[in-house]
Amino acid sequence: MTEAVHSTLVDKTEPRSQWLDVWDQFRHHRGAMLGMAFFVFILLAVFAGPYLWTIDPQYIDIRARSQGPSWGHPMGTDQLGRDTLARMLAGGQVSLAVGISAMLLALVVGALIGVLSGYFRLLDGPLMRLTDLFLALPLLPLLLVIIMLFRDTLRSAFGPETGIFFLIVFVIGITSWMQTARIVRGDVLALKEREFVIASKSIGTSPFRMILRHILPNVLSPITVSATLGIANAIITESALSFLGLGFPSDFPTWGRLLYDSTDYLQQYPERVIWPGLAISLTVLSVNYIGDGFRDALDPRIRGR
Amino acid sequence: MRKSTCLLGALAVLASAPAALAERGSDGHVNIIYWQAPSTMNPYLSGGTKDLEAASLVLEPLARYNEAGDMVPWLAESIPTVGNGGVSEDLTTITWKLKEGLLWADGTPVTSEDIIFSWKYCTDPAGGCAQSEKYNDVTSVEALDDRTVKVTFGVAKPFPYGPFVGAQSPILQAAQFADCLGAKAPECTDANFGPIGTGPFRVTDFRPNDVISLEANPNYRDASKPAFATATLKGGGDATAAGRSVLETGEFDYAWNLQLAPDVIANMAAAGKGETVSAFGTLVERIEVNLTDPDPALGAERSTAKHPHPFLTEKVVRQALSMAIDRELLVEIGYGSAGRPTCNVLPAPEIYKSTANDACLVQDIEGAKKLLDEAGWTVGSDGVREKDGKRLSILYQTSTNAVRQDFQALIKQWWSEIGVETELRNIDASVFFGGDPASPDTFQKLYADLEMFANNFDGTDPESYMANWECKQAPRPETQWQGNNMPRYCSEAYDALVAEMAKTGALEERAKLAKAMNDMLMQEYVLIPLVDRGRVSAKSNTLGGVVLNVWDSELWNVADWYRVK
Repeated sequence: MTEAVHSTLVDKTEPRSQWLDVWDQFRHHRGAMLGMAFFVFILLAVFAGPYLWTIDPQYIDIRARSQGPSWGHPMGTDQLGRDTLARMLAGGQVSLAVGISAMLLALVVGALIGVLSGYFRLLDGPLMRLTDLFLALPLLPLLLVIIMLFRDTLRSAFGPETGIFFLIVFVIGITSWMQTARIVRGDVLALKEREFVIASKSIGTSPFRMILRHILPNVLSPITVSATLGIANAIITESALSFLGLGFPSDFPTWGRLLYDSTDYLQQYPERVIWPGLAISLTVLSVNYIGDGFRDALDPRIRGR
Repeated sequence: MRKSTCLLGALAVLASAPAALAERGSDGHVNIIYWQAPSTMNPYLSGGTKDLEAASLVLEPLARYNEAGDMVPWLAESIPTVGNGGVSEDLTTITWKLKEGLLWADGTPVTSEDIIFSWKYCTDPAGGCAQSEKYNDVTSVEALDDRTVKVTFGVAKPFPYGPFVGAQSPILQAAQFADCLGAKAPECTDANFGPIGTGPFRVTDFRPNDVISLEANPNYRDASKPAFATATLKGGGDATAAGRSVLETGEFDYAWNLQLAPDVIANMAAAGKGETVSAFGTLVERIEVNLTDPDPALGAERSTAKHPHPFLTEKVVRQALSMAIDRELLVEIGYGSAGRPTCNVLPAPEIYKSTANDACLVQDIEGAKKLLDEAGWTVGSDGVREKDGKRLSILYQTSTNAVRQDFQALIKQWWSEIGVETELRNIDASVFFGGDPASPDTFQKLYADLEMFANNFDGTDPESYMANWECKQAPRPETQWQGNNMPRYCSEAYDALVAEMAKTGALEERAKLAKAMNDMLMQEYVLIPLVDRGRVSAKSNTLGGVVLNVWDSELWNVADWYRVK
């Protein structure tokens, strides 16, 4: 089946780019496609949804408290009569924004440090000790101290929500790049000794071009995988901070906060825990599948099989 | 049927009798859970109830209050009164006599020196003592003999039972704390974490903000008590987990202060492992308004009297905030039968209860809007009122707790209806009530515009409680941020009332003064009372002897607790 598709494509279309090949392979990974579809759905829902579902997530309608699902409130209401669907959508915006931006930050820092320390012998020692240092830091106490120190300054500079957003993204990003850096460094160390790199070096390729042209594309798969895991991690860390009362203000919904608020009502109204829990786990799962598909698609040895 | 009931009754008596007469330590281990973790065992260094109550397992006062609010002698032989000659005719001295043969947990005798030391410890000018109002007007404490001390006041003290009475001013061992006076007090970690006391238990291991392990005090004055050989006081977590651990899973024997939504408690109790105990006291959930400017740009001077608040110093604004609140609804959402709406910060005992402020029981959003309109606060384009370039935008903080966060959300909505923008913040309760002068998030520092918490007083006399809002009680850097006047309220008239109450003897006069002070605070709206809260705690079905006391520490009679077999 795959063979057939492959040959017809080669015969009838103009020369193919590498990315088209990657996409072609990705398309055949069923889990990845499902994950991608779900992730796009979630993104659309939380970012476009509030334009269709216009109830204010913070509006309290005390007479309608603790209601089950109905046409007016498809996911019911919470103990103060706030619409759960609206809160899920608003919460998703924040959680996803935090997850994706913190992941990007961690990725850039991790990949940079990994590549530098793998490629340049001189930098290896200091950078890896720095990584060890960060790995040894206990994450949560560090977060608490950072938030306590900088909360007020950021709050007055950007307002309570944006300030905390920057702080959380920064703090999560800056404390979760280490694994990426280590994995990337290992891969770079191995790549550096491969023939094609040595050959390229012998014709005088500059280190910058070498990294960009030969090293980075080859370490893309570990980077992608750690990126997907990073999103999940960031969403969960944000929930932990909300849980400790140090994240966003208490009436500002995020998936983690919704989950935390509902734990008291776990027995009477289990659906209030299930909705945010499901959203978090499905998002994380879908992102993981996308990562899985990417890895397969980016690996030239698997591609085409 | 009746026969079987009698039989059951007899069986119950038989079953409980051996427990009550048991030897010290015969009932094994008791597990107590406080969802706010104690951070010190020294009540003089913390205003937090959790610390006071944890310390009451170890440290004891000369007298304390029982569940009816009556004073009972504890380390003292009897309660001194004018009648028995213990209090002088001119009401300026009180003479306490220690029980005979009292020993500290380390085996040394308790003497009058220890009592004198406790006074010196708390009143050292270099140190911030959280309970200093208990020692107001004390000019000297002198030993008459080894067991007798005379406390002399600078003024006539009609209610001389401030010092050394109640969980807030227990006796410390002079030998242990000798080097911990004044500014050195917080540095004596060993002593603060493991004070040597006279109480039924002594500390074997103290982990701040976590767990306290205790064992029966071998030198406790009653040889048959306590019934438990060891005790664990686990701190931290949240009220839900604490309630569940007693009512539903039975892992713990006693859970303190279950501030949970009524239906949540009912649901847990259905499991049948334990029951709730409740009583009404003086605990009032209130919002305290910061009259000083908490702007971070002011650095170390933020939230001090040097910088008045830009708009909360205006009475109309505070009044409007109070009028917009529907207290009935708050009770219904948060407390059910364990609360009632109140307009007073002093809701009990009955003779002190003012009726002058009851208008606040009815929510009046329109009235609040009108007030602000008349005062020149106009609604801006974003729905927030403005005047002279100042916006009614406030930061409203409290401890992390589901009911409090619901209250915050509700109140925020009401305030937004009258054109006030609110930012909410919640802080972990152990930190918020911890009193650590190094933390910016304590309720004393009040680095916010408003804060919500509950407070009460032990005993039945409101004198020292009402003295909380004297000028000099304002927390500030010079007092190591100790003190209970969170609003930094400062009024000469109020201070005069406090001083007058301190020298008035007749009960009716005292009641009149207390009411006047309460009304002054209420009509100035520096405190916005919300709910008069009953205390709800939970005990396991196998724990006997619990008498819930709202007038003193809940653990006041822990020596009498036993295992129901």
